Amino acid sequence: MKKIFGILGLLLAVLFLTALIEPKFLTAYNIQNTIRWTSLFGIISIGAAFVIITGGIDLSMGSLVGLVGVLLPMLMVSYGWSVPAAILAVLGVSLGIGVLHGLLITRMRLQPFVVTLCGLLFYRGFARWLTGDATQGFGNGYDGLRQLAIGRIPITDSFGLPMPFVVLVVLGLLAGFFLNYTVWGRYLLALGRNEEAARYSGIDTKQMIVVAYVICALTSGIGGILFALDVNSVQPAVHGNFYELYAIAAAVLGGCSLRGGEGTILGVLIGAAVMRVLYNAINILGIPTQLEFAIIGAVILLGVMTDELVRRYAASRKKITN
Amino acid sequence: MSTPLLSIRAVTRRFPGVVALDRVSLDVGQGEVLSVIGENGAGKSTLMKILAGVQRPDEGTILLDGQPVTIDSCRRATELGIAFIHQELNLADNLSVAANIFLGREPRRMGVLDSRRILAGAEEALTRIGLDVSPMALVRDLSIGRQQLVEIAKALSANARVLIMDEPTSSLSAGEAEQLFAVVEDLRTRGVSVIYISHRMAEVKRLSDRVEVLRDGKNAGSLERSEINHEAMVQLMVGRDVSKYYARSSHAIGEVVLRVRDLVTPAWPTHPISFEVRAGEIVGVSGLVGAGRTELLRVLFGVDRALSGSIQVEGRETTFRSPMDAIEAGIALVPEERKEQGLVIDMSVRQNVGLAGLWRNRRPGGRLNRAQEETDTVAMIDQLGIKTPGQGQIVRFLSGGNQQKVVLGKWLTMSPRLLLLDEPTRGIDVGAKEEVYRLMEKLAREGLAILFVSSELEEILGMSDRVLVMHEGRISGEIPRSGLSEEAVMHLATGASNLV
Repeated sequence: MKKIFGILGLLLAVLFLTALIEPKFLTAYNIQNTIRWTSLFGIISIGAAFVIITGGIDLSMGSLVGLVGVLLPMLMVSYGWSVPAAILAVLGVSLGIGVLHGLLITRMRLQPFVVTLCGLLFYRGFARWLTGDATQGFGNGYDGLRQLAIGRIPITDSFGLPMPFVVLVVLGLLAGFFLNYTVWGRYLLALGRNEEAARYSGIDTKQMIVVAYVICALTSGIGGILFALDVNSVQPAVHGNFYELYAIAAAVLGGCSLRGGEGTILGVLIGAAVMRVLYNAINILGIPTQLEFAIIGAVILLGVMTDELVRRYAASRKKITN
Repeated sequence: MSTPLLSIRAVTRRFPGVVALDRVSLDVGQGEVLSVIGENGAGKSTLMKILAGVQRPDEGTILLDGQPVTIDSCRRATELGIAFIHQELNLADNLSVAANIFLGREPRRMGVLDSRRILAGAEEALTRIGLDVSPMALVRDLSIGRQQLVEIAKALSANARVLIMDEPTSSLSAGEAEQLFAVVEDLRTRGVSVIYISHRMAEVKRLSDRVEVLRDGKNAGSLERSEINHEAMVQLMVGRDVSKYYARSSHAIGEVVLRVRDLVTPAWPTHPISFEVRAGEIVGVSGLVGAGRTELLRVLFGVDRALSGSIQVEGRETTFRSPMDAIEAGIALVPEERKEQGLVIDMSVRQNVGLAGLWRNRRPGGRLNRAQEETDTVAMIDQLGIKTPGQGQIVRFLSGGNQQKVVLGKWLTMSPRLLLLDEPTRGIDVGAKEEVYRLMEKLAREGLAILFVSSELEEILGMSDRVLVMHEGRISGEIPRSGLSEEAVMHLATGASNLV
């Protein structure tokens, strides 16, 4: 819980400062947009969190978002698949990829970094080959479906809650429930901290690690569908590039330790919000966008450093009182 | 007697809850081979760590050539000419023999490694101990025995005057051990002193000029060369009154719970093992480090797969593919490495106690049964007397004894039929040990079958209804309670002669 206050403080500070300097930040349109993008990235960050909690990493998320992003319009527009069939197909592909990652890591005992790095390269290359690098989109059709990504639930005349936010809330609640209230969630937290002790307690740690990679790939799949519906013009070579890094950064900012065993869904979602708000602030404050990565990198580093210092301070206090 | 080369005077070292060394003294003369023996926990390793500069004494002095010295780092120990050959080898096995011999003190020419001098120096060091390997060979391509000799060559080339060898033969074949003994004897004639630590009485007898015995962190006595024999050493190592410490009472012994037939573990593929454990019976497993005891428990708990043979639990043939299967069959294991295998150290008491039973107690939809977890934890805190501020306390902050009780509590919630204990009292204080013993007795009386591995002879003798002694992967003998004695167990464990 304490970790959440830290990241929440950071989020509020960035929000407050940006709003103070540039009131345009608070227009309904801008808030709506920020929430929508936060939601899209929040969805894939949840997946990243599950893998990081097991002590692993998934570098292939962005490429999978790209692959799903070209597959969905291809199947529907070029091959005339029905909407449910196409969605089921891309989610099936994601699921299969998650199982594959999990098995390579647990059965072949390959390192998660290596397995998913290969995934990053492979899915991107495959998506580009499949499309011949041609941009994919839904054209002017599928308006109903696209509402999932671009629609809003009107609250006032000018402000509506973006649909991806609804998806995020549903997935976030599911993920939070899974992690904190089910046996499997406890297994993941335990094996992330100490896989050997978990195994010695009769937990099928390999199976649970596979589950984590499946959850991660599925959130990439769901996120991939929404991202594609949102942009409606998917460039196979770049769509989703770096998204895995945004997701990992959000998870780490939100209190996940790359050593495993630690993390909360709420924290990760706030982490995703920090990333998006920063990005938005850079744009709206007129800071050269070339600086975007530099600023985001610096803020994450500061956040993680502060967190580490606070923890050391707390640990030394604890020692003294003991 | 002339001034000893190295002299330890009344050295005391305390750890929280334990006095590891209590005014221990010993002398090593130049060119003398002194063996230091004692049970596990007698203080040997602490003493050697102090000499190697890994730990500092709380009190006492160390004299070298009659001059007091302070050994505050490993580097300092090396400068003083004290070298430590560890039980686990300390070589960079990806580098060549020559590179290892000069590791950390490489001759340089204008800042660049002087490979010619390194090679020549290594050649000389290897010749000195009669080791016939190329200085260019990679260490990982050598056998363990040769790696050990490389370490000795390294120590000598750094001008070591005192060589401390900790269980050097624990993983050597008979031939490799012979070569090592020849080197030790040669060192003696060159005036290098050797402090030799070993559990193996035969080699101690063969090599030592003198034997110093430690017991409970104190000097228990010393033997001159003419007095060194198996019985005298064992007598000094173990002789103490143990009557009240161990709470055993006689009670009925029931049906066979575990029957092992011709079980072959991956660690010793040519050594089939057979034995039985009955309900209400406490069976101790004794033996030296590396005798295959932990490996046996790992197979019985499904951590490793048996290569062949059969395990029957309550008459039912079983095949364990993982600990899950073993737990399902009613087996629990309190592992040797409490912090690595027994506990998720950064989780709470409640989460640790509940860990094994999560699935069994789950509510519909795989939901956690928090109420059950709390009830179990409260019951275990009460029943085992776990001293903790609360259920939510992170286990890391508990004492070793209370941590061990949390591990026990985790398994007792599962109501096992067979309890496997691997070094159950390692690293816990005397009070907690006594509680563990009392608990073992109580559980046995309630009909649990207990198989426990221990390196502490005392508790093996005090707690066991029957003892299986292992030596190099085999059960070298089985001793009923009536025939139990320190000497009988040590005899079988050190392989002095095998009567079975």
